[in-house]
Amino acid sequence: MSVPAIEVRGLTKSFGSLPVAQAIDLTLAPGARAALIGPNGAGKTTFVNLLTGKLRADTGTVSLDGQPIDALSSAQRVRRGLVRTHQINTLLSETSARENVALAIAERDGCAWNMLRYARSWTACLDEADARLASMGFGARADEAAGHLPYGLQRLLEIAIAISLKPRVLLLDEPAAGVPSGETHAIRDAVDHLPAQTAVLMIEHDMDMVFRFAREIVVLVQGRVLTRGTPDQIAANAEVRTVYLGRSRS
Amino acid sequence: MSLALAVEKLAAGWGDTKVLHEVSFTIPAGGSLALLGRNGVGKSTLLHAIMGSCRRLGGEIRLDGKTITSIPTQRRARRGLGFVPQEREIFRSLTVEENLAVASRPGRWSVERVFALFPSLAERRRNWGNRLSGGEQQMLAIARALSGAPKVLLLDEPMEGLAPIVVDALYEALVRIREQEKPTIVLVEQKADLALAFAEEAIVLDRGVIIHRGQASALLHDEHAKAQLLGVAGAASDTPRDR
Repeated sequence: MSVPAIEVRGLTKSFGSLPVAQAIDLTLAPGARAALIGPNGAGKTTFVNLLTGKLRADTGTVSLDGQPIDALSSAQRVRRGLVRTHQINTLLSETSARENVALAIAERDGCAWNMLRYARSWTACLDEADARLASMGFGARADEAAGHLPYGLQRLLEIAIAISLKPRVLLLDEPAAGVPSGETHAIRDAVDHLPAQTAVLMIEHDMDMVFRFAREIVVLVQGRVLTRGTPDQIAANAEVRTVYLGRSRS
Repeated sequence: MSLALAVEKLAAGWGDTKVLHEVSFTIPAGGSLALLGRNGVGKSTLLHAIMGSCRRLGGEIRLDGKTITSIPTQRRARRGLGFVPQEREIFRSLTVEENLAVASRPGRWSVERVFALFPSLAERRRNWGNRLSGGEQQMLAIARALSGAPKVLLLDEPMEGLAPIVVDALYEALVRIREQEKPTIVLVEQKADLALAFAEEAIVLDRGVIIHRGQASALLHDEHAKAQLLGVAGAASDTPRDR
């Protein structure tokens, strides 16, 4: 069996007396397509924050490609290939879409802080950004300031930046949040075309998107894994319907 | 039937940017309106303009037949406007109970009744706002608006970020509230079908002007009109509508 892209063992965290992650285990193989669902307040975003190093776990370990990353900072984890998108956009709003992507590429390649000296590298970064955005259908809008783009395109830009970092593991935190129903197809297209070897964990309340995307679904309730399984198994699970799905998959 | 809310030639925006251009509509007392359109077309700005929390550039707003155009936001709230902003804007340094207490006005919405609507908030009643998840903050924003016993309730994407079962519960709660207490409701919602199933009337905005007004049920069942008014052909299509 190949080395997991990411392996989480016994991840535990409390805010004071409130447990927010309770002995969570998760293994994603390279190329995995998994979703993390659960009621509001279940600890999904907290879990992502623990994986990315934004929060430090009380106990438990996270390994990337078989190597523990618990001691690494968030930035170091990104350089190792653990990348996330955010529930709320974190774009440079006055900077063009292509420059937003190019900056991520420059950071990935280690030339972000030497742009004047390495103008040629910056040009290459811009070229790669153009190619990335063209492949995602931005067209002429790649030159527009990120903050002036329609919200659906801003969400798409977040994904473009994440992919440009060439992640081994990609954590998508509610990629369709705030996107009108008429525009979610663009997000669906983007997640359908994520790099095949990247392991992806999606957090999302849009069940159409989750059930279309995921080959495995993990259900988190009160910081603990309630159950996990294929989309069919999860849809048929009475307990999951009671605590989370309601009628949405009936 | 008397008009709960009348908006006449309302123009509004933020700073130097004009977002709404002479928008006019009325809602009868107890009526419900779905306000639809793509991101950035002015839906949230319209709600903020009604609340008096963005720059009005012209036009008039009347609540129960009386103009509120020139009065500040807090007095509009006391006159009976309730608002659930998209950004939630809960008080992060107050507990759940305190968030509700500061908005509470005499009426049918006691704290316990609000907790019955959102049981997970009852479990968190002594948690600080900044210790709530995104979905719980959303519930608290709705609960806080209800605590103000509003005559007209303005809801800006209240379902956003909520678990499916909570969306079901909230939708049913809104239907119950509408049928039993007959407040006037304006609902901005990205899930167009959900909003159209809920409301009696629908308005579609595009670039700050009303491009459609009609019965919500008619639009709900007209796939062609929905695609034309609300859908897009491609993610980054460069059609004039995107400009």
